[in-house]
Amino acid sequence: MNIVNPAKAGTMESSDIYIIVSPNEGGGIILDLESIVMKQFGKQIEEVILKTLYRLNVKDIHLVAKDRGALDYTIRARVEAAIKRAI
Amino acid sequence: MDRPRRTMLFIPGNNPSMLQNAGILGADSVILDLEDAVSITEKDSARILVKNAIEALDFYGTEIVVRINPLSSDFGIKDIEEIALVEPDALMVTKATEEDVRKACELLTKIEEKEGFIPKSIKLFPLIETAYGLENVKEIIKASDRVIGILLGAEDLTADLEIRRTAEGKEIFYARSKIAVTCKACKIDAIDTPFTDINDGEGFIKDINTAKSLGMTGKAAINPRQIDTIHEIFAPSKEEIRYAKDVIKAMEEAQSQGKGVFSLNGKMVDAPIITRAENVLKKARLAGLV
Repeated sequence: MNIVNPAKAGTMESSDIYIIVSPNEGGGIILDLESIVMKQFGKQIEEVILKTLYRLNVKDIHLVAKDRGALDYTIRARVEAAIKRAI
Repeated sequence: MDRPRRTMLFIPGNNPSMLQNAGILGADSVILDLEDAVSITEKDSARILVKNAIEALDFYGTEIVVRINPLSSDFGIKDIEEIALVEPDALMVTKATEEDVRKACELLTKIEEKEGFIPKSIKLFPLIETAYGLENVKEIIKASDRVIGILLGAEDLTADLEIRRTAEGKEIFYARSKIAVTCKACKIDAIDTPFTDINDGEGFIKDINTAKSLGMTGKAAINPRQIDTIHEIFAPSKEEIRYAKDVIKAMEEAQSQGKGVFSLNGKMVDAPIITRAENVLKKARLAGLV
């Protein structure tokens, strides 16, 4: 899937994650992650985001994620929503 | 009635923290809401979130019902197409008409066939909240054998009727009676409208008792605090359970002696009393009270 527009999904509320995506034509995946549980779960969150991008076949994207303690299902859902809004 | 459905708790579909707690709040059913609780700009995001929640979370046996958007809108059809893939127990059809129920049923049949799901495993729960829906409730129920219950939506119904909604609820006496009787005739559940003033405890108890006295079998809740009170009122009392057990025991004794009619505590027991006792015990069993 090609990201053609900037888009966002999610909220900054507790247990949610705010995702902002923008095109990065030919530049691969750039991921900027902020989380209130960065030390404990940073790697895991990154992995969930990357797996979701892989599943949706997104290869070039700039993705900013501001996590407020979201569980994996919320991370997957918000990334998917942002991508679908961006294509 | 194959499971208790005393409470159906509304959970906003775009709220992760509420969705992930939905299964531990003690309601018999949860209604994950994609309609009124979600703003028009977030319909897509809420649908994806609810889908992922059903797929990933443990609801600990709580019945999962998803309230979808009106089928007259694009959102409603997309809701069915996406949500059916994760097999919720039921879909709640908003402002239901016979046509909506038929349309939802046909779409579900196609999805179940394509995905290899058990046919008719996803049920339907029409929401009656218009004068048209109320006057055609029997036809709405008969439009699909997936229909397992009816929810009365009194706020929208009274708006449609252009009448005032009050805490006493006299204005919905007819709607409750009509839905309760029709659902009973069709052997499905009749779920009462939620009581929206969570700070009026006394009014809330009166409202549940009124609904129960008219034959409603359960009540929707909009706050987890309402669950225990609804369960207490809708559950058969200890006295009712004891009396029902006595009736069944006396019936079994009478049968073994070849008696058709018998008496208990000096009163004649006939078929309606036995049926009532059986219903009380069935409800008590479903609620885990016996």
